[in-house]
Amino acid sequence: MFAVAAIGLFIAMLLVLIRLYSGPTLYDRVLAVNSFGTHTVLFIGVLGFLNGRPDFLDIALLYALINFVGTIAILKYFRYRAIGDMSPVTRKKETGL
Amino acid sequence: MQTFIDIVLFLMLAATAISIVRTKSLFAIVMLSGVFSLLSALLLVTLDAVDVAFTEAAVGAGISTVLMLGTLALTSRTEKPSSHSNFVPFVVVLITGAALIYGTLDMPNFGDPNAPAHVHVGPDYLERSVEEIDVPNVVTSILASYRGFDTLGETAVVFTAGIAVLLLISGLRRRREDEEADEVDDNEGQS
Repeated sequence: MFAVAAIGLFIAMLLVLIRLYSGPTLYDRVLAVNSFGTHTVLFIGVLGFLNGRPDFLDIALLYALINFVGTIAILKYFRYRAIGDMSPVTRKKETGL
Repeated sequence: MQTFIDIVLFLMLAATAISIVRTKSLFAIVMLSGVFSLLSALLLVTLDAVDVAFTEAAVGAGISTVLMLGTLALTSRTEKPSSHSNFVPFVVVLITGAALIYGTLDMPNFGDPNAPAHVHVGPDYLERSVEEIDVPNVVTSILASYRGFDTLGETAVVFTAGIAVLLLISGLRRRREDEEADEVDDNEGQS
């Protein structure tokens, strides 16, 4: 049962990887990385049950958090072309204040 | 099933690495390297090294993706075509890889109870750490007590590096803000 789930996850991962390699636009790639992170979380869960020791489920949750924060950072780069603090002048130009 | 999972994960890892080499868009390469470290984290999970896997995911897919994007904001976004031939680097990589594989040949098998790491001082630590240190987690007692000076040195090194980076970055930013403020003053004077 869990083996079937693992194989299904592998197929989903392959599809996501194909989109990541070929992806025409950058947004395709961001989405591919984000959903690959979700697949990682799911796979850690399935792997725990497959080996009969589902002790690592809480660690899978931490992966979900990392994935979320990483995607926010990438999208922030898209919006502002910078990751950290903007200088006051750039902020003035961006927001018009 | 375990072998099958390992083989599939390694195939995906190799495909990602090849695609990193062949891609020219640096942004795509940052995304691909994030997936690369997620895949290696999965491989480490299958080896039962959950803590190492978690560090790999946090550093590889989390922090270094963000740092590389920050670098991309400062540099160009496409890779320059290389002018010299790739033959010599390829040979060097092949030789290094062969040497690494040769080095694994006389390593003990995975999970072998007679491996040197499990027969030398390991059992001693496992037996004595509870009465000597009185911490239930053996890893903590080894890191914080048996190897206390080592950990103190590591912490000092990381702390110094952090302070140095903070000093460098804050100096750079202040200078740039001064320059931009000067420019704004000039423009307002002209208009």
